[in-house]
Amino acid sequence: MQFLVEQNEKIARDVYRMRLSGDTSAIARPGQFVNLMLDGFYLRRPISVCDWDAQGITIIYKVVGKGTAAMAHYQKGQALDLLTGLGNGYNLKKEIKSPLLVGGGVGVPPLYGLAKEWIKRGIVPTVILGFNAQDEVFYEQEFLALGAKVIVCTADGSYGLKGFATTPMQGLDYDYLFACGPEPMLRAVDKASGDIPGQLSFESRMGCGFGACMGCSCQTLTMNKRICLEGPVMRKGEILWPT
Amino acid sequence: MADLRVNLCGLPLDNPIIPASGTFGFGAEFAKWYNLDILGSISFKGTTMEPRFGNPTPRIAECASGMLNAVGLQNPGVAHVIENELPEMAKLFHKPVIANISGFSLEEYVHCAQLLDAQAQVGILEINISCPNVHGGGMTFGTDPKSAAQVTEAVKRVTTKPIFIKLSPNVTDIAQIARACEDAGADGVSLINTLQGMRIDLRTKRPILKNVMGGLSGPAVFPVAVRMVHQVHQAVKIPIIGMGGISSAEDVIEMMLAGATAVQVGAANLRDPYACKTIIEQLPETMERYGISSLKDIIGGVQI
Repeated sequence: MQFLVEQNEKIARDVYRMRLSGDTSAIARPGQFVNLMLDGFYLRRPISVCDWDAQGITIIYKVVGKGTAAMAHYQKGQALDLLTGLGNGYNLKKEIKSPLLVGGGVGVPPLYGLAKEWIKRGIVPTVILGFNAQDEVFYEQEFLALGAKVIVCTADGSYGLKGFATTPMQGLDYDYLFACGPEPMLRAVDKASGDIPGQLSFESRMGCGFGACMGCSCQTLTMNKRICLEGPVMRKGEILWPT
Repeated sequence: MADLRVNLCGLPLDNPIIPASGTFGFGAEFAKWYNLDILGSISFKGTTMEPRFGNPTPRIAECASGMLNAVGLQNPGVAHVIENELPEMAKLFHKPVIANISGFSLEEYVHCAQLLDAQAQVGILEINISCPNVHGGGMTFGTDPKSAAQVTEAVKRVTTKPIFIKLSPNVTDIAQIARACEDAGADGVSLINTLQGMRIDLRTKRPILKNVMGGLSGPAVFPVAVRMVHQVHQAVKIPIIGMGGISSAEDVIEMMLAGATAVQVGAANLRDPYACKTIIEQLPETMERYGISSLKDIIGGVQI
């Protein structure tokens, strides 16, 4: 599916936001991802959807390698081939009354679309945004503008609360956890949330992104899952943490 | 009208395009993108006697014009495949399929082949003696002419359908292995499986693949595959399914000129789920551009 770059700008250290216009009809839930074909790279780059509407999508990505570095050079008007609507996404269950959303680094973007969906349903989520340092912080204002309750923390204390994303969790009142971020962070928030149910979104090195290659398989307590197809969102309690 | 039909050991194919084993599952993931009945056949995910999770992740690494995989034959096991996957596949694809079989012992190959041979929707058995990503099986059978012949003979003895032996390129003389398979009764050969490769992450100084090494596929291996299909075509009389980096209608024609009767498309499916569909759609005009009216006429037609 062809998309056009509308905007591609730096919003924090090594972090860029790209707005693309194109057919978004396959996107059904926050937490799904797209897989971008880049000129000169064989495999696509899977990136979570931050926000979408009928005209296009917003993605936020961090430059970590050659592919994402090439992405940062894309200009307004350039075309990109995307596979959209990939992955299961978050399930906004009806019984949830006070969701807590916890994001770490570039795990933050899909939580924006999720917060937006909760607010559409008349539920104000609490959002914890965890970063390493002040120059990596992004989207605090955007979450506030949605009407979410926002807590920002940095590991070095250079902005917001000093500590990890788990630090502010203890004093909070919530009945459901949604999280996205690096695996050590997910494991920490899984533990910190105790018996409270939740859904965690995982990252993985993928081949195809749509379930064909078995490259991103993982074992869970229930079954083998492909992170790209039966994930990237997993239920708390089914995850088999590496020992 | 361009004639795309070919015949593989008595199995007529509407066109020579077959998605390669391990890149297409049992079809379901692709049926979301297009109607599978346009395909010549489908070589389904490599099946073993017991269910396998495969190797630890990461199992995928990228490289210039290709990729490495070290999936390690993840599959639900032959019993589950027969009971669940094949009936589901029959709803999505209404032509004979190719059953891809792997093993860790002669007995395992024989057992799986016997069970899959009995399935009505299976048209051809493809015996994979060339998986580079498993230990104590797979490729060890495919790098020695004697053991390749042993597997061929043993499988041939218990089956009724044509068997194609899938060969490894990680050998000194692939033609010698192909001849050994032919002499042992193989009805055809499939080549090439992936080439062993390795990548290292400069930041961690560790291999990108947890398995350390993996199999290289994609356009990077295409010239190697063409060369090997040519060599094998000169050495044997049985038909060849050619594969290795095929990504376009031009590549299909080139592979057939080298000696392939049909082709398999692998890594290209993972980069672009529409790859096989696009190739099939572009074949007639590409054939016309090169003055080809029937694909079966060009098999092994390279002028040396």
